[in-house]
Amino acid sequence: MTQLKPGEVSLGTTIMAVQFNGGVVIGADSRTTTGSYIANRVTDKLTKVHDRIYCCRSGSAADTQAVADVVAYHLELYTAQHGEEPTVKVAASLFQQICYQNKNNLSAGIIVAGWDKVDGTSVYEIPLGGSIHKQNFALGGSGSVYIYGYCDKTFRPNMTKEECVEFVRSSVSLAMTRDGSSGGVIRLAVITEDNVERIFVPGNQLPPQYLG
Amino acid sequence: MTSIGTGYDLSVSTYSPDGRVFQVEYAQKAVDNSGTAIGLRVKDGVVLAVEKIKHSRLLVPHSNQRILTAGKYIGIASAGWMSDTRHLVKRVREETRNYTDTYKTKAPAHIIAERLGMYVQAYTLYSSVRPFGVSTLLACMDAKKPQLYMIEPSGHYVGYRGCAVGKGKQIAKTEIEKLDLENMTVREAAKEAARIIYSAHDDTKDKLFELELSWVCEESDGLHVHVPQDVYDQSVQFAERSLDEDDDDNEMEDDEDL
Repeated sequence: MTQLKPGEVSLGTTIMAVQFNGGVVIGADSRTTTGSYIANRVTDKLTKVHDRIYCCRSGSAADTQAVADVVAYHLELYTAQHGEEPTVKVAASLFQQICYQNKNNLSAGIIVAGWDKVDGTSVYEIPLGGSIHKQNFALGGSGSVYIYGYCDKTFRPNMTKEECVEFVRSSVSLAMTRDGSSGGVIRLAVITEDNVERIFVPGNQLPPQYLG
Repeated sequence: MTSIGTGYDLSVSTYSPDGRVFQVEYAQKAVDNSGTAIGLRVKDGVVLAVEKIKHSRLLVPHSNQRILTAGKYIGIASAGWMSDTRHLVKRVREETRNYTDTYKTKAPAHIIAERLGMYVQAYTLYSSVRPFGVSTLLACMDAKKPQLYMIEPSGHYVGYRGCAVGKGKQIAKTEIEKLDLENMTVREAAKEAARIIYSAHDDTKDKLFELELSWVCEESDGLHVHVPQDVYDQSVQFAERSLDEDDDDNEMEDDEDL
C-alpha cells in the first residue's frame, strides 16, 4: 500500500452508499486536493461503470480513475460475451481483483453500488488492501471517520428512498464541516431498476447543523 | 465421405484446394471410431450415457470411468482419445476456476462451451501441434436451466437437446429423434439413454462393454454425478428388456415368412 506521491492529486473525500428497498443512494463531497490547494472544488466522485452500477472513489484521483476505466471496459465486454447485464457482484469482484493484485502500487478506497436483476440492490466496500465487504451501507474516505457514530445511530434497514437521501445528505454534510479534505458541494445519485437520478446540493444549501 | 488428402493433409496448417483442412477431418475419424456417447437434455436436467468398450475381462467393473466431472456441476462425456479428453477436462477445470476467481460467480454453460471451443480451435492453427481427437459433450445446469453442448475437433460448438457421437451415432441419433425430450424427466431419460446405448452397441465388433450413466439435475442438486445405483440398475434392466423384445419381434417376422 503506497502513500500518495508528493504533489499527487488526492480525493480526500467523504463517500457513502446506502441500500433501500428497490434502490441504492450514493453520495460524495466534491473536493480534490494537491496538498492544501483545492485542485477541483466541484469534483464528481460518483463514477458510472455500467448502466445501473456506480462506484464512489476515494484515495488517489489517478489510481481510482484508471481502475474505474478498466472495470467499465470489462463490464462492457461482459455484456457482449454473456448477452446479459453484469451483476453488481461481478463489478465489485473486478474492482477487488485489480485492487488486491496491485495493492502495492495503488491508493484506492472504492465503494461499488447499484442494481441488477439477480440480486436487486447491493453495496460493496473495497478498502485500501483490496478486501471486499458486502454491506447494507458503506462509508469511505478521510471524512468518514467523523460520522461513524452518527451513521450507526441513524441508519435503519428498509428506509424509504426519501429517508435514505436525507440520511446520506446529512451525513456527508457533517463530515464535510469537520474534515479538511472534504468540502464543496454534495453530489448524490439514486440508482433504481428504472433509472439513475442525480441530485445536486450546493455548498450554501447544506442541511442545518451547529457550526460553532 | 472417405477421401485421402494426398499432399494437403500433412499438417493442420494447410488447406486443400477445395477448402478443407484434412487433419481436422482425420481427427473426426478418431472420434467416429470410438465407443458411442450420447447426451439428452430434458425438462429437469441433462443425462449423459457412454458405451464403455472393455478391452479385457480383467478390468474391474466401474473402473476407468469415461464420464468426468469439472467444477462439481459440469459433466463431460466424450468419444475419441481418452487421453485428450482428460487434458480438455483439466482445461475446463482451470477455466471455471479462473472465471470464479475473476467474477465470483459460477461460470454459465455457454461461456464454458465457448472457452473450450476456442481452446480446441487453437490447436487447429499450428503445424507444431495436432488437433484434439475428441468430440466433447458438455452437460451443465445453469440456474435451474439444463444445457448440453457438443464441441468438435474443429473447435465448432453447438447447443443441443439431444446428440450422439462415436461409432453408433447414426443409430443413436435416429432413436433420439423419436423421443419427446421436452416433456421427459431425467429418470425417464436415463432409461431411454441406456436403451439407446444398448441398441447402438454392435455385438459383432466389441463383445464386452459396460454402460456408464450420469446426470446433472434438480434431483442431484445441480451437481454432476453418476446416477444412483437403483437408477442405474433399472435403466440397465429396461435396456436389456427392450433388446430382448426387439429380438422377439425379429423372430416373429421369421415365422410369418413361413
